[in-house]
Amino acid sequence: MIDVHEKLSMAQALNRALRDAMADDPSVVLFGEDVGALGGVFRITDGLTAEFGEARCFDTPLAESGIVGMAVGMAMNGMRPIVEMQFDAFAYPAFEQIVSHVAKMRNRTRGRVSLPMVIRVPYAGGIGGVEHHCDSSEAYYAHTPGLHVVAPATPADAYALLREAIAAPDPVVFLEPKKLYWSKEEIEFPVRAPGIGTAVVRRAGTDATLIAYGPSVPVALEAAEVAASEGRSLQVVDLRSIVPFDDETVCAAVRSTGRAVVVAESAGFAGVAAEIAARVTERCFTSLAAPIRRVAGFDIPYPPPKLEHFQLPGVDRVLDAVDDLQWEQ
Amino acid sequence: MTPDSRRLLPSDAPVTLIDATGEAVGAVPDDATLLRSLGALITARRLNDQAYALVRQGRLAVYPSSHGQEACQVAAAQVLDAADWLFPTYRDTVAAVVKGVDPVEALSLLKGDWHCGYDPYEHRVAPHATPLATQLPHAVGVAHAARLRGEPTVVMAMCGDGGTSEGDFHEALNFAAVFQAPVVFFVQNNEYAISVPLSRQSAAPSLAHKGIGYGIPGERVDGNDMAALLTVLGAAVQRARAGEGPQLVEAHTYRMQAHTNADDASRYRDEADVEAWVQRDPITRLRAYLRDRGALTDDVDAGFTADAERAAAHLRDGLNQDIEPNPEDLFAYVYASATPQLREQAALVADELSREGAR
Ligand SMILES: Cc1ncc(C[n+]2csc(CCOP(=O)(O)OP(=O)(O)O)c2C)c(N)n1
Ligand SMILES: [Mg+2]
Repeated sequence: MIDVHEKLSMAQALNRALRDAMADDPSVVLFGEDVGALGGVFRITDGLTAEFGEARCFDTPLAESGIVGMAVGMAMNGMRPIVEMQFDAFAYPAFEQIVSHVAKMRNRTRGRVSLPMVIRVPYAGGIGGVEHHCDSSEAYYAHTPGLHVVAPATPADAYALLREAIAAPDPVVFLEPKKLYWSKEEIEFPVRAPGIGTAVVRRAGTDATLIAYGPSVPVALEAAEVAASEGRSLQVVDLRSIVPFDDETVCAAVRSTGRAVVVAESAGFAGVAAEIAARVTERCFTSLAAPIRRVAGFDIPYPPPKLEHFQLPGVDRVLDAVDDLQWEQ
Repeated sequence: MTPDSRRLLPSDAPVTLIDATGEAVGAVPDDATLLRSLGALITARRLNDQAYALVRQGRLAVYPSSHGQEACQVAAAQVLDAADWLFPTYRDTVAAVVKGVDPVEALSLLKGDWHCGYDPYEHRVAPHATPLATQLPHAVGVAHAARLRGEPTVVMAMCGDGGTSEGDFHEALNFAAVFQAPVVFFVQNNEYAISVPLSRQSAAPSLAHKGIGYGIPGERVDGNDMAALLTVLGAAVQRARAGEGPQLVEAHTYRMQAHTNADDASRYRDEADVEAWVQRDPITRLRAYLRDRGALTDDVDAGFTADAERAAAHLRDGLNQDIEPNPEDLFAYVYASATPQLREQAALVADELSREGAR
């Protein structure tokens, strides 16, 4: 196969992944609210009904519990459904289905029934969305055993991880950072990328490690860039998948620097960042020169657009946390 | 089917009292009532279009307009007493305004200053609901509490055609029926849920037919006919107030504009379909009826337009004001008293700001 290079936005990369998966596997079907003629409110499913027909990509009545519940049944009967939740906060009516059935089916049937399905969720903030349009819901899903939880930070990863999520034998909650939908990158096809469950080091550095996922990765990279200009070398790890969690890569990275800051948009209390800080501390305590710091969202409902910038972890907050890592004078 | 249960079914066609040409085809409310509604309609249209323009000017983040649905908006509020409750959706800003909410406060959500910009108790208007149909069980709760407390309150619970597919819609109807709660469920069927047409939303003969399964009478009404809306919704409110339980009313109307300014309706519907509904405009129709009867003079009509302009100017002035967002608000209302952790986080923001100021 000849390599093809194309510059794609994350939205286009996701669209391409859906198209390629549907072309490769006739059991892949896609449905949700406005995913047909409209192509989804973010246009991630643009053109798929036209290309594959109504039976493969279709609009449903407006009911998230129904959408996810129907996907469960279709997955039980030989199909690979992909469903779109229109926004993170509009997935909550499906929470019962996700927690009680999607996550538990394999376990309760002793492995006899598996659910190869993907729940795509436009996710997190930074787009000036009005109330209920910018939630960070990863902790709910990550806390639910039985779900894989994936959050890409680059267009190439969006493509690769979504293809893998669709092919996976287990259900995947696929979190698409809304603010990165329009970020662009040169992608080399076929995409070669590590699988779900593998973190990558996005930037090498020797003084401290920034651990981020999804929308926080560009923030961490920017912070590392600024730190470099101030003489501090920061390494950046992109988790790519929250569940399964790549302890090995993350811990190796932290051991190499001895200091770490976790950056995440969602509320810090009982969040994914807390889990990361705890498990890395348990595993790397003797290598740590300072307690691991978290830079997370405040423990408040997601604020309205005019106040959003106070909530989002920014470069300054990340660098302040790095400054706090007990540096020798 | 017993005669009793047949009473739960809606009319064969939506109730119309003034047809699209402005002709009375049934028992119409008196002129004074309709004149008051016309004035409100004209202001409603002006506010819708002003808000839409303010989005283009960057003063609102987004606006889901009820342009074309103003008769539903006005009627929903006008059939209520001051002590009754209104539960609006994101599209029902105008209904909230007719119930008494200041339009500037009503649009705080969409301007982005704060989520709910008004005091829900002041005019008994619940915060706009965005997660579809989730407000409907709350409406039942408010109504049930009113009954338990011996208050004569009626609750108007609004949602769209798409919203009727959500589980909460069905749970709310069932609860209301079982508890005989004084709620009027008012569905504005504007034929679309973003891009999804009604035919893909429901296979029921009409949305009003959904009532019978819960033991709730359903009725359908021409949603662009002010007279019919006042009559049908008014009767439902009276019935609920008299202790005869909830009702479901479906208004047939049309979303004349895109879902919001962020939507591109050309991707899923024909402009010609929209044109057909221009002929059924609620304002043109009511105006024609009242003019024909000689009940509407040029002077009064001009007065209505002037009132509408004043309302639009008030909205412009309000939304053109930049309110300096106060970051303390982030932490002030999460709990009755802030947790120690929130106080720490508030202090962090204050410290950041003072350092920024010092720079
Ligand atoms: C639970 C939930 N799911 C999805 C959405 C996203 N959404 C907002 S409006 C809308 C369409 C609603 O259509 P309808 O109920 O007919 O009301 P209309 O907008 O036509 O007034 C959708 C899908 C939402 N707000 N809440
Ligand atoms: Mg609708």
